[in-house]
Amino acid sequence: MKQNDLKQDDYRFKVANREALIGVGLVVFNFIWWFAFAYGLGSKDPANYKYVFGFPAWFFYSCILGFIIMTVLVTVIVKKYFVDIPFDDEGEVK
Amino acid sequence: MNWQALVPLLGFLIIIFGVGMWSSRYVKSSHSFLQEYFLGDRSLGGFILAMTMTATYGSASSFIGGPGAAYDKGLGWVLLAMSQVATGYFVLMVLGKKFAIITRRYKAVTMIDFLKKRYQSKWVVLFSAISIIIFLFSAMAAQWIGGARLIESLTGMQYTTALFIFAVSVLFYVIIGGFRAVAFTDAIQGSIMFLGTLILLIATIIAGGGLSNIMADLYTENPNLLSPYGAERDLTPAYVSSFWILVGVGVVALPQIAVRAMSYKNAKSMHRALIIGTFVVGFIMLNMHLIGVLARPILPDIEIGDKVMPLIALEVLPSWLAGIVLAAPMAAIMSTVDSLLLIVSSSIVKDLYLNYIQPKASHVRIKQLSIGVTAVLGMIVFVMALNPPDLIIWLNLFAFGGLEAAFIWPIILGLYWNKGNKYGALASMIVGVGLYILSDTFYPEPFGFHSVVLPTVLALLAYVVVSLGTQKKNF
Repeated sequence: MKQNDLKQDDYRFKVANREALIGVGLVVFNFIWWFAFAYGLGSKDPANYKYVFGFPAWFFYSCILGFIIMTVLVTVIVKKYFVDIPFDDEGEVK
Repeated sequence: MNWQALVPLLGFLIIIFGVGMWSSRYVKSSHSFLQEYFLGDRSLGGFILAMTMTATYGSASSFIGGPGAAYDKGLGWVLLAMSQVATGYFVLMVLGKKFAIITRRYKAVTMIDFLKKRYQSKWVVLFSAISIIIFLFSAMAAQWIGGARLIESLTGMQYTTALFIFAVSVLFYVIIGGFRAVAFTDAIQGSIMFLGTLILLIATIIAGGGLSNIMADLYTENPNLLSPYGAERDLTPAYVSSFWILVGVGVVALPQIAVRAMSYKNAKSMHRALIIGTFVVGFIMLNMHLIGVLARPILPDIEIGDKVMPLIALEVLPSWLAGIVLAAPMAAIMSTVDSLLLIVSSSIVKDLYLNYIQPKASHVRIKQLSIGVTAVLGMIVFVMALNPPDLIIWLNLFAFGGLEAAFIWPIILGLYWNKGNKYGALASMIVGVGLYILSDTFYPEPFGFHSVVLPTVLALLAYVVVSLGTQKKNF
Protein backbone atom coordinates (compact mmCIF):
# COMPACT_ATOMS: atom_id res chain seq x y z
CA MET A 1 0.00 0.00 0.00
CA LYS A 2 1.26 3.47 -0.84
CA GLN A 3 1.31 4.68 2.72
CA ASN A 4 3.21 7.84 1.80
CA ASP A 5 0.25 9.07 -0.23
CA LEU A 6 -1.48 9.94 3.00
CA LYS A 7 1.52 11.23 4.89
CA GLN A 8 0.45 13.72 7.51
CA ASP A 9 3.42 16.08 7.49
CA ASP A 10 2.12 18.10 4.55
CA TYR A 11 1.12 21.47 6.07
CA ARG A 12 -2.00 21.51 3.90
CA PHE A 13 -3.34 18.44 5.65
CA LYS A 14 -3.19 20.23 8.98
CA VAL A 15 -5.41 22.92 7.48
CA ALA A 16 -7.71 20.33 5.94
CA ASN A 17 -8.02 18.31 9.14
CA ARG A 18 -8.86 21.37 11.18
CA GLU A 19 -11.52 22.49 8.72
CA ALA A 20 -13.08 19.02 8.68
CA LEU A 21 -13.33 19.13 12.47
CA ILE A 22 -14.99 22.54 12.25
CA GLY A 23 -17.55 20.92 9.93
CA VAL A 24 -18.28 18.20 12.48
CA GLY A 25 -18.60 20.80 15.24
CA LEU A 26 -21.06 22.84 13.20
CA VAL A 27 -23.26 19.82 12.55
CA VAL A 28 -23.36 18.95 16.24
CA PHE A 29 -24.31 22.52 17.13
CA ASN A 30 -26.90 22.63 14.33
CA PHE A 31 -28.47 19.36 15.49
CA ILE A 32 -28.70 20.41 19.14
CA TRP A 33 -30.30 23.74 18.24
CA TRP A 34 -32.77 22.06 15.91
CA PHE A 35 -33.70 19.29 18.34
CA ALA A 36 -33.89 21.40 21.49
CA PHE A 37 -36.27 23.98 20.07
CA ALA A 38 -38.43 21.54 18.14
CA TYR A 39 -39.08 19.12 20.98
CA GLY A 40 -38.49 21.54 23.84
CA LEU A 41 -41.24 23.92 22.70
CA GLY A 42 -43.26 21.58 20.47
CA SER A 43 -44.05 18.80 22.95
CA LYS A 44 -46.97 20.51 24.62
CA ASP A 45 -50.55 20.38 23.41
CA PRO A 46 -50.89 22.35 20.13
CA ALA A 47 -53.73 24.30 21.78
CA ASN A 48 -51.15 26.03 24.00
CA TYR A 49 -48.67 26.94 21.25
CA LYS A 50 -47.37 30.47 21.06
CA TYR A 51 -46.92 31.98 17.60
CA VAL A 52 -44.03 34.00 16.18
CA PHE A 53 -44.64 35.76 12.83
CA GLY A 54 -47.59 33.43 12.25
CA PHE A 55 -45.63 30.22 12.80
CA PRO A 56 -45.82 28.03 15.91
CA ALA A 57 -42.92 29.14 18.15
CA TRP A 58 -41.10 25.78 18.08
CA PHE A 59 -41.13 25.83 14.29
CA PHE A 60 -39.95 29.40 14.02
CA TYR A 61 -36.99 28.97 16.39
CA SER A 62 -35.97 25.49 15.26
CA CYS A 63 -36.41 25.66 11.50
CA ILE A 64 -36.41 29.31 10.48
CA LEU A 65 -34.13 31.00 13.03
CA GLY A 66 -31.94 27.89 13.15
CA PHE A 67 -31.41 28.09 9.40
CA ILE A 68 -30.57 31.80 9.52
CA ILE A 69 -28.09 31.25 12.34
CA MET A 70 -26.37 28.43 10.48
CA THR A 71 -26.01 30.56 7.36
CA VAL A 72 -24.47 33.41 9.35
CA LEU A 73 -22.21 31.05 11.29
CA VAL A 74 -20.94 29.32 8.16
CA THR A 75 -20.27 32.65 6.48
CA VAL A 76 -18.33 34.04 9.42
CA ILE A 77 -16.31 30.88 10.02
CA VAL A 78 -15.40 30.40 6.37
CA LYS A 79 -14.38 34.03 5.94
CA LYS A 80 -12.35 34.21 9.14
CA TYR A 81 -10.84 30.78 9.65
CA PHE A 82 -10.66 28.96 6.33
CA VAL A 83 -7.28 29.09 4.62
CA ASP A 84 -6.62 29.41 0.91
CA ILE A 85 -4.23 26.61 -0.06
CA PRO A 86 -3.16 25.19 -3.43
CA PHE A 87 -4.52 21.77 -4.36
CA ASP A 88 -1.90 20.69 -6.89
CA ASP A 89 1.29 19.10 -5.65
CA GLU A 90 4.41 21.20 -6.08
CA GLY A 91 6.54 20.61 -9.13
CA GLU A 92 3.61 19.22 -11.08
CA VAL A 93 2.63 20.94 -14.29
CA LYS A 94 -0.95 22.13 -14.36
CA MET B 1 -53.83 20.85 -22.95
CA ASN B 2 -52.71 23.81 -20.96
CA TRP B 3 -50.69 25.77 -23.50
CA GLN B 4 -50.05 28.80 -21.34
CA ALA B 5 -48.31 26.64 -18.76
CA LEU B 6 -46.56 24.63 -21.43
CA VAL B 7 -44.80 27.45 -23.26
CA PRO B 8 -42.49 28.52 -20.38
CA LEU B 9 -41.66 24.87 -19.80
CA LEU B 10 -40.70 24.47 -23.44
CA GLY B 11 -38.60 27.62 -23.23
CA PHE B 12 -36.77 26.09 -20.29
CA LEU B 13 -36.07 22.92 -22.25
CA ILE B 14 -34.68 24.91 -25.16
CA ILE B 15 -32.24 26.75 -22.89
CA ILE B 16 -31.11 23.44 -21.43
CA PHE B 17 -30.49 22.09 -24.94
CA GLY B 18 -28.42 25.17 -25.67
CA VAL B 19 -26.18 24.50 -22.68
CA GLY B 20 -25.70 20.92 -23.87
CA MET B 21 -24.56 22.08 -27.30
CA TRP B 22 -22.23 24.68 -25.81
CA SER B 23 -20.62 22.16 -23.44
CA SER B 24 -20.07 19.63 -26.17
CA ARG B 25 -17.48 22.01 -27.68
CA TYR B 26 -15.35 21.51 -24.56
CA VAL B 27 -15.77 17.75 -24.80
CA LYS B 28 -14.59 17.81 -28.43
CA SER B 29 -11.56 20.01 -27.83
CA SER B 30 -10.45 18.50 -24.52
CA HIS B 31 -7.06 16.80 -24.32
CA SER B 32 -8.29 14.35 -21.68
CA PHE B 33 -11.72 13.03 -22.56
CA LEU B 34 -12.31 11.22 -19.26
CA GLN B 35 -11.38 14.20 -17.07
CA GLU B 36 -13.58 16.49 -19.14
CA TYR B 37 -16.60 14.24 -19.74
CA PHE B 38 -16.93 12.90 -16.20
CA LEU B 39 -15.43 15.79 -14.22
CA GLY B 40 -15.54 18.98 -16.34
CA ASP B 41 -11.74 19.27 -16.09
CA ARG B 42 -11.90 20.23 -12.37
CA SER B 43 -12.72 23.79 -13.29
CA LEU B 44 -15.95 24.63 -11.44
CA GLY B 45 -16.23 28.00 -9.74
CA GLY B 46 -17.96 28.70 -6.43
CA PHE B 47 -21.43 29.59 -7.64
CA ILE B 48 -21.71 26.72 -10.11
CA LEU B 49 -20.38 24.29 -7.50
CA ALA B 50 -22.89 25.41 -4.86
CA MET B 51 -25.76 25.21 -7.33
CA THR B 52 -24.86 21.83 -8.78
CA MET B 53 -24.59 20.40 -5.27
CA THR B 54 -27.91 21.89 -4.22
CA ALA B 55 -29.65 20.75 -7.35
CA THR B 56 -28.31 17.24 -6.95
CA TYR B 57 -29.61 16.96 -3.36
CA GLY B 58 -32.94 18.48 -4.22
CA SER B 59 -34.08 15.44 -6.06
CA ALA B 60 -37.56 14.22 -6.88
CA SER B 61 -37.76 12.67 -3.44
CA SER B 62 -37.69 16.10 -1.87
CA PHE B 63 -39.26 18.07 -4.67
CA ILE B 64 -42.22 15.96 -5.60
CA GLY B 65 -42.46 13.47 -2.75
CA GLY B 66 -41.37 16.00 -0.11
CA PRO B 67 -44.15 18.57 -0.46
CA GLY B 68 -46.57 15.63 -0.78
CA ALA B 69 -45.39 14.16 2.52
CA ALA B 70 -45.50 17.60 4.16
CA TYR B 71 -49.08 17.93 2.92
CA ASP B 72 -49.99 14.66 4.66
CA LYS B 73 -47.96 15.04 7.85
CA GLY B 74 -47.87 18.77 8.52
CA LEU B 75 -45.05 20.87 9.98
CA GLY B 76 -43.36 17.79 11.44
CA TRP B 77 -42.23 16.88 7.95
CA VAL B 78 -40.77 20.32 7.35
CA LEU B 79 -38.78 19.85 10.55
CA LEU B 80 -37.50 16.56 9.17
CA ALA B 81 -36.57 18.17 5.86
CA MET B 82 -34.57 20.89 7.57
CA SER B 83 -31.96 18.30 8.51
CA GLN B 84 -30.76 18.85 4.94
CA VAL B 85 -29.37 22.28 5.78
CA ALA B 86 -26.37 20.37 7.12
CA THR B 87 -25.49 19.05 3.67
CA GLY B 88 -24.85 22.61 2.51
CA TYR B 89 -21.70 22.93 4.60
CA PHE B 90 -20.93 19.44 5.92
CA VAL B 91 -20.04 17.72 2.64
CA LEU B 92 -17.60 20.36 1.47
CA MET B 93 -16.05 20.85 4.90
CA VAL B 94 -15.57 17.19 5.73
CA LEU B 95 -14.43 15.84 2.38
CA GLY B 96 -13.01 19.27 1.92
CA LYS B 97 -9.52 20.19 0.97
CA LYS B 98 -8.04 16.83 1.78
CA PHE B 99 -10.25 15.08 -0.75
CA ALA B 100 -9.41 17.77 -3.31
CA ILE B 101 -5.65 17.34 -2.80
CA ILE B 102 -5.67 13.54 -2.66
CA THR B 103 -7.92 13.01 -5.66
CA ARG B 104 -5.70 15.34 -7.70
CA ARG B 105 -2.64 13.42 -6.59
CA TYR B 106 -4.33 10.13 -7.50
CA LYS B 107 -5.68 11.66 -10.74
CA ALA B 108 -9.04 10.20 -9.70
CA VAL B 109 -12.03 10.86 -11.94
CA THR B 110 -14.68 8.97 -9.96
CA MET B 111 -15.26 8.21 -6.31
CA ILE B 112 -14.29 4.62 -7.02
CA ASP B 113 -10.97 5.80 -8.47
CA PHE B 114 -10.24 7.23 -5.07
CA LEU B 115 -11.19 3.99 -3.29
CA LYS B 116 -9.14 1.96 -5.78
CA LYS B 117 -5.95 3.92 -5.24
CA ARG B 118 -6.46 4.26 -1.51
CA TYR B 119 -7.14 0.58 -0.85
CA GLN B 120 -5.42 -1.11 -3.82
CA SER B 121 -8.02 -3.83 -3.92
CA LYS B 122 -9.90 -5.33 -6.83
CA TRP B 123 -12.72 -6.50 -4.57
CA VAL B 124 -13.31 -3.08 -3.10
CA VAL B 125 -13.62 -1.69 -6.63
CA LEU B 126 -15.90 -4.45 -7.91
CA PHE B 127 -18.16 -4.33 -4.90
CA SER B 128 -18.40 -0.52 -5.05
CA ALA B 129 -19.05 -0.39 -8.76
CA ILE B 130 -21.77 -3.02 -8.58
CA SER B 131 -23.54 -1.36 -5.64
CA ILE B 132 -23.43 1.99 -7.41
CA ILE B 133 -24.87 0.54 -10.59
CA ILE B 134 -27.69 -1.33 -8.83
CA PHE B 135 -28.69 1.32 -6.31
CA LEU B 136 -28.41 4.39 -8.47
CA PHE B 137 -30.19 2.64 -11.27
CA SER B 138 -33.27 2.15 -9.11
CA ALA B 139 -33.00 5.73 -7.87
CA MET B 140 -32.90 6.91 -11.43
CA ALA B 141 -36.05 5.01 -12.35
CA ALA B 142 -37.85 6.65 -9.42
CA GLN B 143 -36.75 10.08 -10.57
CA TRP B 144 -37.87 9.52 -14.15
CA ILE B 145 -41.28 8.52 -12.91
CA GLY B 146 -41.44 11.78 -10.96
CA GLY B 147 -40.49 13.78 -14.03
CA ALA B 148 -43.06 12.10 -16.21
CA ARG B 149 -45.81 12.47 -13.56
CA LEU B 150 -45.11 16.15 -13.44
CA ILE B 151 -45.41 16.66 -17.17
CA GLU B 152 -48.51 14.47 -17.13
CA SER B 153 -50.36 16.47 -14.48
CA LEU B 154 -49.23 19.75 -15.98
CA THR B 155 -50.13 19.20 -19.59
CA GLY B 156 -52.70 16.43 -19.54
CA MET B 157 -50.52 14.34 -21.83
CA GLN B 158 -50.41 10.60 -21.40
CA TYR B 159 -47.85 9.22 -18.98
CA THR B 160 -45.94 7.44 -21.73
CA THR B 161 -45.70 10.53 -23.92
CA ALA B 162 -44.62 12.60 -20.95
CA LEU B 163 -41.97 10.06 -20.03
CA PHE B 164 -40.69 10.07 -23.57
CA ILE B 165 -40.31 13.87 -23.70
CA PHE B 166 -38.56 13.87 -20.36
CA ALA B 167 -36.18 11.07 -21.34
CA VAL B 168 -35.21 12.63 -24.66
CA SER B 169 -34.46 16.02 -23.08
CA VAL B 170 -32.22 14.62 -20.36
CA LEU B 171 -30.41 12.16 -22.58
CA PHE B 172 -29.62 14.80 -25.16
CA TYR B 173 -27.57 17.12 -23.00
CA VAL B 174 -25.97 14.46 -20.84
CA ILE B 175 -24.77 12.45 -23.79
CA ILE B 176 -23.27 15.28 -25.78
CA GLY B 177 -22.16 17.58 -22.96
CA GLY B 178 -20.99 15.36 -20.08
CA PHE B 179 -20.28 16.72 -16.61
CA ARG B 180 -19.82 20.31 -17.69
CA ALA B 181 -23.28 20.36 -19.27
CA VAL B 182 -24.71 18.72 -16.17
CA ALA B 183 -23.09 21.24 -13.82
CA PHE B 184 -24.17 24.26 -15.86
CA THR B 185 -27.73 23.08 -16.38
CA ASP B 186 -27.78 22.34 -12.63
CA ALA B 187 -26.85 25.95 -11.95
CA ILE B 188 -29.72 27.17 -14.10
CA GLN B 189 -32.05 24.61 -12.55
CA GLY B 190 -30.93 25.52 -9.02
CA SER B 191 -31.69 29.18 -9.69
CA ILE B 192 -35.12 28.26 -11.04
CA MET B 193 -35.78 26.15 -7.93
CA PHE B 194 -34.76 29.05 -5.71
CA LEU B 195 -37.01 31.62 -7.37
CA GLY B 196 -39.81 29.17 -8.15
CA THR B 197 -40.29 28.03 -4.56
CA LEU B 198 -40.15 31.62 -3.32
CA ILE B 199 -42.85 32.82 -5.72
CA LEU B 200 -45.04 29.82 -5.04
CA LEU B 201 -44.70 30.16 -1.26
CA ILE B 202 -45.75 33.81 -1.34
CA ALA B 203 -48.67 33.11 -3.67
CA THR B 204 -49.82 30.21 -1.49
CA ILE B 205 -49.77 32.34 1.66
CA ILE B 206 -51.77 35.07 -0.10
CA ALA B 207 -54.28 32.56 -1.49
CA GLY B 208 -54.78 31.06 1.97
CA GLY B 209 -55.58 34.47 3.47
CA GLY B 210 -52.32 35.01 5.36
CA LEU B 211 -50.20 32.80 7.60
CA SER B 212 -52.28 33.14 10.78
CA ASN B 213 -55.37 32.26 8.84
CA ILE B 214 -53.77 29.15 7.33
CA MET B 215 -52.42 28.03 10.70
CA ALA B 216 -55.90 28.44 12.21
CA ASP B 217 -57.41 26.37 9.37
CA LEU B 218 -54.82 23.65 9.90
CA TYR B 219 -55.51 23.67 13.64
CA THR B 220 -59.24 23.27 13.06
CA GLU B 221 -58.68 20.33 10.74
CA ASN B 222 -56.18 18.52 12.97
CA PRO B 223 -54.10 20.25 15.69
CA ASN B 224 -51.32 17.70 15.20
CA LEU B 225 -50.57 19.15 11.77
CA LEU B 226 -48.93 22.00 13.70
CA SER B 227 -46.93 19.75 16.02
CA PRO B 228 -43.49 18.25 15.35
CA TYR B 229 -45.03 14.77 15.63
CA GLY B 230 -47.02 14.62 12.39
CA ALA B 231 -50.75 14.38 11.73
CA GLU B 232 -51.09 10.90 13.26
CA ARG B 233 -48.42 11.57 15.88
CA ASP B 234 -46.31 8.86 14.28
CA LEU B 235 -43.16 10.92 13.72
CA THR B 236 -41.07 10.16 16.80
CA PRO B 237 -38.00 12.27 17.68
CA ALA B 238 -35.75 9.24 17.08
CA TYR B 239 -37.20 8.64 13.61
CA VAL B 240 -37.05 12.30 12.58
CA SER B 241 -33.51 12.64 13.94
CA SER B 242 -32.43 9.64 11.84
CA PHE B 243 -32.83 11.83 8.81
CA TRP B 244 -29.76 13.75 9.93
CA ILE B 245 -27.90 10.66 8.83
CA LEU B 246 -30.02 9.76 5.82
CA VAL B 247 -30.33 13.15 4.12
CA GLY B 248 -27.90 15.16 6.25
CA VAL B 249 -24.38 13.96 6.96
CA GLY B 250 -24.69 10.60 5.14
CA VAL B 251 -24.92 12.44 1.84
CA VAL B 252 -21.11 12.71 1.93
CA ALA B 253 -21.00 9.09 0.79
CA LEU B 254 -23.24 9.45 -2.26
CA PRO B 255 -21.06 9.11 -5.35
CA GLN B 256 -22.90 11.85 -7.26
CA ILE B 257 -22.15 14.24 -4.38
CA ALA B 258 -18.59 13.08 -3.67
CA VAL B 259 -17.62 13.52 -7.32
CA ARG B 260 -18.61 17.18 -7.08
CA ALA B 261 -16.26 17.57 -4.15
CA MET B 262 -13.39 16.82 -6.53
CA SER B 263 -14.53 19.03 -9.39
CA TYR B 264 -13.81 22.54 -8.13
CA LYS B 265 -11.03 24.78 -9.28
CA ASN B 266 -9.44 26.07 -6.06
CA ALA B 267 -9.90 26.82 -2.38
CA LYS B 268 -11.60 30.14 -3.16
CA SER B 269 -14.36 28.44 -5.17
CA MET B 270 -14.84 26.00 -2.33
CA HIS B 271 -15.19 28.78 0.24
CA ARG B 272 -17.75 30.60 -1.87
CA ALA B 273 -19.66 27.38 -2.49
CA LEU B 274 -19.86 26.71 1.26
CA ILE B 275 -21.54 30.02 1.94
CA ILE B 276 -23.85 30.04 -1.08
CA GLY B 277 -24.67 26.34 -0.73
CA THR B 278 -25.74 26.49 2.90
CA PHE B 279 -28.06 29.38 2.23
CA VAL B 280 -29.55 28.02 -0.99
CA VAL B 281 -30.13 24.46 0.28
CA GLY B 282 -31.81 25.68 3.46
CA PHE B 283 -33.90 28.23 1.64
CA ILE B 284 -35.18 25.81 -0.97
CA MET B 285 -35.88 23.00 1.51
CA LEU B 286 -37.76 25.30 3.88
CA ASN B 287 -39.88 26.97 1.21
CA MET B 288 -40.70 23.88 -0.75
CA HIS B 289 -41.87 21.81 2.22
CA LEU B 290 -43.76 24.72 3.73
CA ILE B 291 -45.65 25.04 0.45
CA GLY B 292 -46.83 21.45 0.91
CA VAL B 293 -48.21 22.14 4.39
CA LEU B 294 -49.75 25.51 3.55
CA ALA B 295 -51.44 24.07 0.45
CA ARG B 296 -53.62 21.85 2.61
CA PRO B 297 -56.36 24.31 3.59
CA ILE B 298 -56.48 25.64 0.01
CA LEU B 299 -56.78 22.27 -1.73
CA PRO B 300 -57.95 19.81 0.95
CA ASP B 301 -58.64 16.69 -1.08
CA ILE B 302 -55.48 15.75 -2.96
CA GLU B 303 -55.02 12.00 -2.78
CA ILE B 304 -51.76 11.38 -4.63
CA GLY B 305 -49.05 13.25 -2.71
CA ASP B 306 -46.91 13.62 -5.83
CA LYS B 307 -49.47 15.94 -7.39
CA VAL B 308 -49.57 18.53 -4.60
CA MET B 309 -46.87 20.75 -6.06
CA PRO B 310 -48.24 21.00 -9.64
CA LEU B 311 -51.85 21.33 -8.51
CA ILE B 312 -51.20 24.10 -6.01
CA ALA B 313 -49.14 26.03 -8.55
CA LEU B 314 -51.94 25.86 -11.10
CA GLU B 315 -54.43 26.88 -8.40
CA VAL B 316 -52.73 29.94 -6.91
CA LEU B 317 -50.78 31.34 -9.87
CA PRO B 318 -51.77 32.59 -13.32
CA SER B 319 -51.03 29.79 -15.83
CA TRP B 320 -48.03 31.40 -17.48
CA LEU B 321 -46.38 31.94 -14.09
CA ALA B 322 -47.32 28.42 -12.97
CA GLY B 323 -45.48 27.17 -16.04
CA ILE B 324 -42.33 29.02 -15.00
CA VAL B 325 -42.60 27.92 -11.38
CA LEU B 326 -43.27 24.33 -12.30
CA ALA B 327 -40.10 24.31 -14.28
CA ALA B 328 -38.59 24.19 -10.76
CA PRO B 329 -39.52 20.65 -9.73
CA MET B 330 -38.88 19.61 -13.30
CA ALA B 331 -35.45 21.17 -12.95
CA ALA B 332 -34.88 19.36 -9.67
CA ILE B 333 -35.65 16.03 -11.21
CA MET B 334 -33.62 16.60 -14.32
CA SER B 335 -30.62 17.78 -12.36
CA THR B 336 -30.63 14.66 -10.22
CA VAL B 337 -31.24 12.30 -13.09
CA ASP B 338 -28.48 13.78 -15.20
CA SER B 339 -25.87 13.35 -12.48
CA LEU B 340 -27.01 9.82 -11.66
CA LEU B 341 -26.86 8.87 -15.31
CA LEU B 342 -23.33 10.14 -15.59
CA ILE B 343 -22.21 8.37 -12.40
CA VAL B 344 -23.61 5.01 -13.43
CA SER B 345 -22.08 5.40 -16.84
CA SER B 346 -18.70 6.35 -15.37
CA SER B 347 -18.83 3.32 -13.08
CA ILE B 348 -19.31 1.03 -16.03
CA VAL B 349 -16.81 2.63 -18.38
CA LYS B 350 -14.11 3.89 -16.05
CA ASP B 351 -14.33 1.60 -13.05
CA LEU B 352 -15.22 -1.71 -14.64
CA TYR B 353 -14.27 -1.65 -18.33
CA LEU B 354 -11.03 0.34 -18.12
CA ASN B 355 -9.86 -1.31 -14.91
CA TYR B 356 -10.57 -4.93 -15.63
CA ILE B 357 -11.74 -5.59 -19.17
CA GLN B 358 -9.62 -3.47 -21.49
CA PRO B 359 -7.10 -1.23 -19.70
CA LYS B 360 -5.42 -0.21 -22.95
CA ALA B 361 -8.51 0.99 -24.76
CA SER B 362 -7.82 3.82 -27.20
CA HIS B 363 -8.97 7.40 -26.76
CA VAL B 364 -11.59 7.08 -29.48
CA ARG B 365 -12.86 3.79 -28.12
CA ILE B 366 -13.32 5.26 -24.59
CA LYS B 367 -15.18 8.18 -26.05
CA GLN B 368 -17.53 6.04 -28.11
CA LEU B 369 -18.09 3.71 -25.21
CA SER B 370 -18.84 6.47 -22.67
CA ILE B 371 -21.38 8.08 -24.93
CA GLY B 372 -22.84 4.72 -25.98
CA VAL B 373 -23.19 3.41 -22.42
CA THR B 374 -24.86 6.63 -21.29
CA ALA B 375 -27.38 6.36 -24.12
CA VAL B 376 -28.15 2.67 -23.55
CA LEU B 377 -28.57 3.19 -19.80
CA GLY B 378 -31.02 5.99 -20.45
CA MET B 379 -33.11 3.77 -22.66
CA ILE B 380 -33.18 0.92 -20.12
CA VAL B 381 -34.35 3.30 -17.39
CA PHE B 382 -37.02 4.57 -19.74
CA VAL B 383 -38.39 1.07 -20.20
CA MET B 384 -38.31 0.42 -16.44
CA ALA B 385 -40.16 3.63 -15.70
CA LEU B 386 -43.01 2.66 -18.03
CA ASN B 387 -44.56 0.59 -15.28
CA PRO B 388 -44.27 2.79 -12.20
CA PRO B 389 -44.98 2.30 -8.48
CA ASP B 390 -46.87 4.98 -6.53
CA LEU B 391 -44.80 6.64 -3.86
CA ILE B 392 -41.41 7.39 -5.31
CA ILE B 393 -39.96 8.71 -2.09
CA TRP B 394 -39.43 5.31 -0.48
CA LEU B 395 -37.83 3.73 -3.52
CA ASN B 396 -35.50 6.64 -3.72
CA LEU B 397 -34.51 6.70 -0.06
CA PHE B 398 -33.82 2.98 -0.12
CA ALA B 399 -31.24 3.46 -2.84
CA PHE B 400 -29.52 6.41 -1.21
CA GLY B 401 -29.50 4.79 2.23
CA GLY B 402 -27.84 1.70 0.82
CA LEU B 403 -25.04 3.69 -0.80
CA GLU B 404 -24.50 5.76 2.31
CA ALA B 405 -24.21 2.69 4.51
CA ALA B 406 -21.73 1.24 2.03
CA PHE B 407 -19.41 4.17 1.42
CA ILE B 408 -19.47 6.56 4.35
CA TRP B 409 -16.67 4.90 6.35
CA PRO B 410 -14.46 3.74 3.50
CA ILE B 411 -14.40 7.34 2.25
CA ILE B 412 -14.15 9.32 5.46
CA LEU B 413 -11.86 6.99 7.38
CA GLY B 414 -9.91 6.25 4.21
CA LEU B 415 -9.21 9.96 4.05
CA TYR B 416 -8.46 10.68 7.69
CA TRP B 417 -7.30 7.42 9.29
CA ASN B 418 -4.03 5.92 8.09
CA LYS B 419 -4.60 2.52 9.66
CA GLY B 420 -7.75 1.84 7.64
CA ASN B 421 -7.12 -0.87 5.04
CA LYS B 422 -8.87 -2.83 2.32
CA TYR B 423 -10.12 -5.56 4.63
CA GLY B 424 -11.75 -2.99 6.87
CA ALA B 425 -13.27 -1.17 3.89
CA LEU B 426 -14.68 -4.35 2.40
CA ALA B 427 -16.08 -5.54 5.74
CA SER B 428 -17.66 -2.14 6.29
CA MET B 429 -19.32 -2.10 2.86
CA ILE B 430 -20.70 -5.62 3.17
CA VAL B 431 -21.99 -5.02 6.70
CA GLY B 432 -23.48 -1.65 5.72
CA VAL B 433 -25.33 -2.71 2.60
CA GLY B 434 -26.23 -6.21 3.81
CA LEU B 435 -27.68 -5.12 7.13
CA TYR B 436 -29.50 -2.20 5.57
CA ILE B 437 -31.32 -4.39 3.09
CA LEU B 438 -32.07 -7.07 5.72
CA SER B 439 -33.18 -4.55 8.30
CA ASP B 440 -35.34 -2.62 5.86
CA THR B 441 -37.03 -5.82 4.72
CA PHE B 442 -37.48 -7.76 7.95
CA TYR B 443 -37.06 -5.35 10.83
CA PRO B 444 -37.80 -1.79 9.80
CA GLU B 445 -37.15 0.99 12.32
CA PRO B 446 -35.16 -0.83 15.00
CA PHE B 447 -35.41 1.08 18.32
CA GLY B 448 -37.52 3.70 16.55
CA PHE B 449 -34.69 4.80 14.24
CA HIS B 450 -34.85 4.78 10.46
CA SER B 451 -33.38 1.50 9.21
CA VAL B 452 -30.27 3.22 7.84
CA VAL B 453 -28.97 4.23 11.29
CA LEU B 454 -28.03 0.90 12.84
CA PRO B 455 -26.24 -0.51 9.77
CA THR B 456 -24.22 2.71 9.52
CA VAL B 457 -23.07 2.39 13.12
CA LEU B 458 -22.23 -1.30 12.73
CA ALA B 459 -20.38 -0.57 9.47
CA LEU B 460 -18.13 1.82 11.43
CA LEU B 461 -17.46 -0.90 13.97
CA ALA B 462 -16.66 -3.40 11.21
CA TYR B 463 -14.26 -0.97 9.54
CA VAL B 464 -12.31 -0.21 12.70
CA VAL B 465 -12.21 -3.73 14.14
CA VAL B 466 -11.26 -5.46 10.88
CA SER B 467 -8.66 -2.81 9.97
CA LEU B 468 -6.97 -3.08 13.35
CA GLY B 469 -7.16 -6.87 13.27
CA THR B 470 -5.34 -7.09 9.92
CA GLN B 471 -2.46 -4.62 10.43
CA LYS B 472 0.92 -5.73 9.13
CA LYS B 473 3.62 -5.76 11.75
CA ASN B 474 6.06 -3.50 9.92
CA PHE B 475 3.82 -0.45 10.20
